[in-house]
Amino acid sequence: MARTILPFGPQHPVLPEPLHLKLVIEDETVIEALPTLGYVHRGLEKLCEVRDFNQMVQIVERVCGICSCLHALCYCEGLEQIMGIEVPRRAKYLRTIWGELHRMHSHLLWLGLFADAFGFESLFMQFWRVRERVMDIMEATCGNRVVVSVNVVGGVRRDLTAEQCQWIEQQLVIIEKEVRQLTTTILNDYTVKKRTVGKGVLSKETAYQLGAVGPMLRGSGWAQDARMTGYAAFDEIGFEPVVEHDGDCYARSTVRFRETLQSIDLVRLAIARMPAGETSVNVEGALEDDTPHPIAGGRAGTMQRFKRDKHARPADVPAPNLDLPAGHVAVKVKGKPDGEAVTRVEQPRGELMYYLKGTGAKYMDRVRIRTPTFANIPPLLAMLPGCELADVPVIVLSIDPCISCTER
Amino acid sequence: MLETIPLTLDAVRDVAKACFDDGWRLVTLTAVDTGEAGFDILYHYDKDLVMKHYRLSIPKETVVPSISPIYFTALLVENEIIDQFGICFSDLVLDFGGALYLEEEVRTTPFCKVSVAQKQC
Amino acid sequence: MFNMTKNVVSNLLHKSSTRLYPFAVRGHFEGFRGTLINNVDECIFCRTCMLKCPSQCITVDNKAGTWACEAMSCVYCGVCVDVCPTSCLSMTKEHRPVATERQTDFHQGSPKKKTKKVEE
Repeated sequence: MARTILPFGPQHPVLPEPLHLKLVIEDETVIEALPTLGYVHRGLEKLCEVRDFNQMVQIVERVCGICSCLHALCYCEGLEQIMGIEVPRRAKYLRTIWGELHRMHSHLLWLGLFADAFGFESLFMQFWRVRERVMDIMEATCGNRVVVSVNVVGGVRRDLTAEQCQWIEQQLVIIEKEVRQLTTTILNDYTVKKRTVGKGVLSKETAYQLGAVGPMLRGSGWAQDARMTGYAAFDEIGFEPVVEHDGDCYARSTVRFRETLQSIDLVRLAIARMPAGETSVNVEGALEDDTPHPIAGGRAGTMQRFKRDKHARPADVPAPNLDLPAGHVAVKVKGKPDGEAVTRVEQPRGELMYYLKGTGAKYMDRVRIRTPTFANIPPLLAMLPGCELADVPVIVLSIDPCISCTER
Repeated sequence: MLETIPLTLDAVRDVAKACFDDGWRLVTLTAVDTGEAGFDILYHYDKDLVMKHYRLSIPKETVVPSISPIYFTALLVENEIIDQFGICFSDLVLDFGGALYLEEEVRTTPFCKVSVAQKQC
Repeated sequence: MFNMTKNVVSNLLHKSSTRLYPFAVRGHFEGFRGTLINNVDECIFCRTCMLKCPSQCITVDNKAGTWACEAMSCVYCGVCVDVCPTSCLSMTKEHRPVATERQTDFHQGSPKKKTKKVEE
């Protein structure tokens, strides 16, 4: 039988970033796929030799635009582990809130691109319109829509006032309503199911052995999520991953859709439970009570699941430190990093791992970033053989490829 | 500080096989240039949210056995290390030969402190 | 089969779901990092902003008293605003207008004159 080699990418309407796959096909069935990377390689890991460890936060944020806050979070957590810095609790909650907002906007972006992958352009536009509200929240609270630059070593740079928290909760009510309106169209539509059910199947064993992470692993039945390790405020909020068992593209998109709804609830919970800051909003007579205020909107039933005894309030709440200048929810960082650390964070696409090594100079010795798409490409190479040519865009998109993350 | 288990060159494959059978997932490999001492390759494994790390310290110009026959994920990382550090791996399942990021005519390795002029694999 | 009919009819009767830009402009939120401005009269030319900038786009000469920022290389992260000791740097919420060539923000200020302490 005659074999053809078809190039997929690097420019393809379905790909958000350039990825080249040489598909060896025989009569519309893919036999083999060979990837070529390197189209957006910027060498960001090597910049650690010329930018000091504080400036690296900004560099590391720009590895990926969609999940930038989580890259900075992982890096800052690694440095805080090396230097032994204790981040204030309020800063941890704020990082969680912004991280979950990033997850929401990333999943909404992906759901739109996924709909576009099989030609459903109007659904793509609807999802991105909902996403605009999330971008408005980020612009109003952090100062920028996409690369928010809000994490520093030792805490965060901005604080949320009570009015901002209320406004965020009102926006979340609208966002949830609009996302739920789109449930039937993305999950229960006959055409959508015909294009996604049974395509790109990864069985439970194969997914684990090939090293898949994130929604690819959770769509195949494994309940593994790096948020369960309890970084930022997740040890106090508590978390259960969303799992589906079929392992095909439909299962993965269901996982991401349900994670969006779960993130809305997590943001609400974090806002409700956020303690008064070390320098709180009113400096004199600073609020010392940490009692959670009632959550506006949301369903009581969902909130019940997160209430657990082990998350009771600590009895002694430390008095707010009024020496820090107002508006900073961060501790002063002294000294240089000396040591190694490995930190993991759950990005929208999966588990992100950082290895940081410092030797006591102001420049880090090694910053190693392992992004989730890097781990998801070998399973993609194992998923493609045997599928039809028309399914290739849908399958490639179902791993949520973020090639700028892969090749930093 | 990070707790790492030291590893020797001939134990790489055996440890990988033992971890694979035990249900550990390979997270990634990290290569660090330690100057005069050579390279450090760290193997990070994970199971049920617990991580363990192995450290392999090798002088320059050593050929490391690849674990990609056991862990398919390792092939992309090992190809990247070949490109960036010039360390050679033997028995790679899918070998780009140093052309994953770099062009064929580039002969220097970007990440080494003192760059290795030639890489022959 | 008629799952979408309700959606279609309500969309027809609903008002437009997106803002009719450019007739309706939203404007920017407070705290949006738009443009970097320097109130050069208060600047002491300490060069902290130059040292801390991640994209190295600020050039300060403390002898001549000049402060220049390449507006196109700046990533508008706001780190310089946070570290400025005299708070002469600030960010306004309007973003820069579209430009066709490289722009540098150049300010000439008066550097602090060194008062010589004469030891008697």
